[in-house]
Amino acid sequence: MTDATIMRAEDVVKRFGRLEVLKGVSLEVHSGETVCIIGPSGSGKTTFIRCINHLEKIDSGLIEVNGHLIGYRKQNGELVEDSEKNIAKQRCEIGMVFQRFNLFPHKTALENVIEAPVCVRKLPKGQAIQEGEVLLARVGLADKRDVYPGKLSGGQQQRVAIARALAMKPALMLFDEPTSALDPETIGEVLVAMEELAHAGMTMIVVTHEMGFAREAADRVVMMDEGSIIEEGTPEHFFVAPTHERTKQFLSKIL
Amino acid sequence: MLATLEWHILWQRIFHPDHVFVLALWRTVYISVLAQLLGVVLGLIGAIMRMSRLLPLRLLSGLYVLVFRGTPLIVQIFFVYFGANLLFGLTLIPRTVNFGVFTMDGAAFAGIVALGLNEGAYMREIIRAGIDAVDKGQLEAARSLGMPYRLAMRRIILPQATRFIIPPLGNEFNSMMKNSSLVFFIGVTELFGDAEIRYSTTFKPVEYFLAVAFWYLVLTTVWSVIQAQIERKLAVSERGDELSFRERVFEAWAPVAAWGRGAR
Repeated sequence: MTDATIMRAEDVVKRFGRLEVLKGVSLEVHSGETVCIIGPSGSGKTTFIRCINHLEKIDSGLIEVNGHLIGYRKQNGELVEDSEKNIAKQRCEIGMVFQRFNLFPHKTALENVIEAPVCVRKLPKGQAIQEGEVLLARVGLADKRDVYPGKLSGGQQQRVAIARALAMKPALMLFDEPTSALDPETIGEVLVAMEELAHAGMTMIVVTHEMGFAREAADRVVMMDEGSIIEEGTPEHFFVAPTHERTKQFLSKIL
Repeated sequence: MLATLEWHILWQRIFHPDHVFVLALWRTVYISVLAQLLGVVLGLIGAIMRMSRLLPLRLLSGLYVLVFRGTPLIVQIFFVYFGANLLFGLTLIPRTVNFGVFTMDGAAFAGIVALGLNEGAYMREIIRAGIDAVDKGQLEAARSLGMPYRLAMRRIILPQATRFIIPPLGNEFNSMMKNSSLVFFIGVTELFGDAEIRYSTTFKPVEYFLAVAFWYLVLTTVWSVIQAQIERKLAVSERGDELSFRERVFEAWAPVAAWGRGAR
């Protein structure tokens, strides 16, 4: 594992109207690390990772990915919101996998995967198809390349979604509760694909309720509650001897 | 009662239409198609303006719908044909419009513009509803892949919105073919106009209007078949397993298949 910082969040504050959902969250993720964010619902963990690729605007603080400020640029020492074009460019470095997959239903599995490389990265179509097939094979779906998402199971759709995000060759992958909308029997295949990815050295931030995955694949576990990070540590630390009272309560409920 | 009808007129109008009639039929078709196309383009522009961040564009889009949905179509047609020239003090709509490769009757052109403007107001609402009906997660997914808004709209959102837009669009075109009869009042001899002229010289209204009703019915029926095909195509592109039209017809009519279903 190298030490280069891939993602740095500093004192991130996010409000929805009067409700403060993130109350100054700071987190650093290094290259090759897998960080799992756990916590009760409403703790702000999903909002936090949506801020990382600027699907949500932040109200103060800053987020950097690969050394680039996300969503804002410095102008005369102040932060101003960046242009649509620049934000789109920053997002190319960040892959995201959604709870509800959000595959494009009018495109086949392969077309889903090659859409952004061809349209955004301007990769020649032949090359994109070649790379796309490799990615589909990697998530175990080589034979589903011409199938529309409607014909795939939830687990298969989510694996296509992972391949689609990887096709942009991101420096960081965000997973927003990737298994919460799945049938129990298909959760395993998605987790296997994610573990394989983690072991291959991808930098990942995973919001999850899958404690088994956190224990197996995470380098670090972060516990969020009421818009703040309240505890951070290795999985061993977390699952054997959590220090914070809220963490103990939460884990006792969920394990 | 029916014996008083001059059946030979009806027969002749339906089975042996003369070339004047065919020309009138053709006018109805091209006026409807072009006006509908114009309406779709205007509706798309209006729908995109409505979603703009700029308030003036949103207001303009709202005003457009307010005016063109809120006033009678016949008034709009008169206004475009006579009003445009009067108001601007120059001949916006000449007697014949020259498009280089072909020329068009000025009144027909004005009719297309007026019908298209009116249609655009309705299409804006239909397209807006279609875009709204696409799951919000689709735009988020597209943006998370680095697609700027416009690209995401063009590649991801609009193709999916089409599926919601086509059924009401079909209804609109059906109405359009019938509403296009209003351009007779600015002197375009289309299907309805042709019947009107024949009746006024022969005083046989029932025969001529019965025949014209038949031809409108033919037009709308042909369109409903085409529309069903388009809708099936769109549905297939999301499932990818449907038989083609020819295959289905063949399946349905093949004697072996029929026999297999128990037919004699």
